[in-house]
Amino acid sequence: MELTIALSIGVLFGSGIWLILRPRSFQVITGLLLLSYAVNLFIFITGRLSVNKPPLIVQGEVVDPSLYADPLPQALVLTAIVIGFATTALYLVVLLGSRGLTGTDHVDGKERDSEE
Amino acid sequence: MMYLNPHLIMLPILLPLIAGALMVLINERHHRLKFLINLFSTAVMLLTAIQLLMQAESGLWPADMAVYLAANWSAPFGIVLVADRLAAIMLLLTATLGTATLVFSYSRWSKTGVHFHTLFQLLLMGINGAILTADLFNLFVFFEVMLAASYGLLLHGYNISRIRAGMQYIVVNLVASLFFLIGIALVYAATGTLNFADLALKIATLDSTDRFILQTGAAILAVAFLTKSAMWPLGFWLPVTYSAACAPVAAMLVLLTKIGVYVILRLWWLLFSEHAGASAGFGGSVLLCGGLLTLAFGAVGLLASQEPRRIASFSAVISSGTLLALIGYGDATLLSSALFYLISSTLAVAAFIMLTELTDRIYTPAASVLALSMEAFAVEEDTQQSAGVVIPAAMAFLGLAFAACALIMAGLPPLSGFVAKFSILHGLLDSGAAHAPLWVRWIILTLLLVAGLSAIIALMRFGVRTFWTLYNSAPLRLHPTEALPILAILLLGVSMVFTAGPLFNLLSRASTDLQQTPAYIERVLQHPVVTTQEGL
Repeated sequence: MELTIALSIGVLFGSGIWLILRPRSFQVITGLLLLSYAVNLFIFITGRLSVNKPPLIVQGEVVDPSLYADPLPQALVLTAIVIGFATTALYLVVLLGSRGLTGTDHVDGKERDSEE
Repeated sequence: MMYLNPHLIMLPILLPLIAGALMVLINERHHRLKFLINLFSTAVMLLTAIQLLMQAESGLWPADMAVYLAANWSAPFGIVLVADRLAAIMLLLTATLGTATLVFSYSRWSKTGVHFHTLFQLLLMGINGAILTADLFNLFVFFEVMLAASYGLLLHGYNISRIRAGMQYIVVNLVASLFFLIGIALVYAATGTLNFADLALKIATLDSTDRFILQTGAAILAVAFLTKSAMWPLGFWLPVTYSAACAPVAAMLVLLTKIGVYVILRLWWLLFSEHAGASAGFGGSVLLCGGLLTLAFGAVGLLASQEPRRIASFSAVISSGTLLALIGYGDATLLSSALFYLISSTLAVAAFIMLTELTDRIYTPAASVLALSMEAFAVEEDTQQSAGVVIPAAMAFLGLAFAACALIMAGLPPLSGFVAKFSILHGLLDSGAAHAPLWVRWIILTLLLVAGLSAIIALMRFGVRTFWTLYNSAPLRLHPTEALPILAILLLGVSMVFTAGPLFNLLSRASTDLQQTPAYIERVLQHPVVTTQEGL
């Protein structure tokens, strides 16, 4: 399980980094999305991987913590997803504004005259 | 004696949130009402900051620190807010600058688009929260609030150059936020906590594997903060962004880089102090070298700048570089000078940015072309016309204000910039050999002086072209709300010279607080929850 998760985070990171270095703003925003998935998974596994363990305990009960999942990374991931989603949506608006005003989807707002 | 309300710490965060939310509901037609709500909220923030500072000074708080347990969860489990002298000083700086830029925006920028006032309040909320929080993830949330508001404000007065700058600024900051999250995850994986005090306690006891993970996490976190504080080579977004934003927004953005510096100052001195065991002083040399490179980059950039906004941008880069180098240098006695410099340079650069908005009105394209060709071909002046030119009051004000800004930014006597720079140089020459070899000190010293020199050259060139080569300039119109904030900030710069003694005492107490790591840990972790008998 560790290997699968590690590989998938690695692939997501790799694809995301490659995409945010591309010149088209759509590629950049896709890259940002992939990167934020990778980061969210990464935060999630800092609570260690486990199967079938509840994150919540009943108040007043004395329990063995090793039978429970760490609830904090799950809460952090929820917050990070919401914030990441909102800021990416905001970037999407700027992207559309840039496309409309400059007439190109290049991240610099103008085409490179030599190559493209 | 003063009434000690424990909930006062929440006010700088809750008030702008409520005011900002309230103003979304009000139609843009009621511009004056929105402005008044905004001004009221910012003014109350200013009073709160003064009150918090007075309480921190009064000795009523144990260890001169106020701890607020949000939702009444005890320290390592719930979210904690901590106000000490340094936090109160930063809140005061934020509220002062906020009030000034807000009044400045009244006559023009706050009317040009929608939701300026809401975004402005949310920006203040993010800044205040980032100053007060004592929890790493909460810091992330407040940083995002601050950044999201700054994205909106940067695009305020929507045009192509702002969109282009916004595309870069937003992507850079989104990627920096991802770094922030990775850093938080690694720190949590290593220590199992995100509370500053708890972290500082646990860092000393980590085994070598966990210490390696923690240091990796801290380095990645530092990338996020250093991007915000524009350290070379992470700060290339800054000149573009500052040049594109409208004047009041750019003035507030100057403060945002200082928040990055503040977070580094607070976290680095707390987590990697001499109490941190094997991790003590981790990354100090990186901060020092990075700061010096930033200083050099800023000095070179300043020499190459012609436009006023780029001059302001590179001045902000220089002041970030100076501060980072001084933090990384690791001498506690220099911290109070660094803080004095932080306040003085932030105010001066912000005032200069607002001033450039006004000088742009006289600096028409035709006049600038003429000024350039004058230099190249030395056109004969019509001497008969120049006899007895009447200087209008507005021009005289602009010229004097520019001179004052330039003196502070370049660090020349008699204004506060000189006091700051002099005390830094004095502290560097005075500091014990334990901190760094002599040649390091001389490199910092030389770079500081070179940066000052290039600031003088760049500012003089701009001043001469703007104020001394005027032809056919239309009569300049200044609104009182535009002149007043600049005047107020510059008067603060003057008064900082006269009150330099008490101010330095205050700042040295603030920097001593920073070094009291065990006291901080004890104060935060031992803070009792409120029981129902005491009432809320």
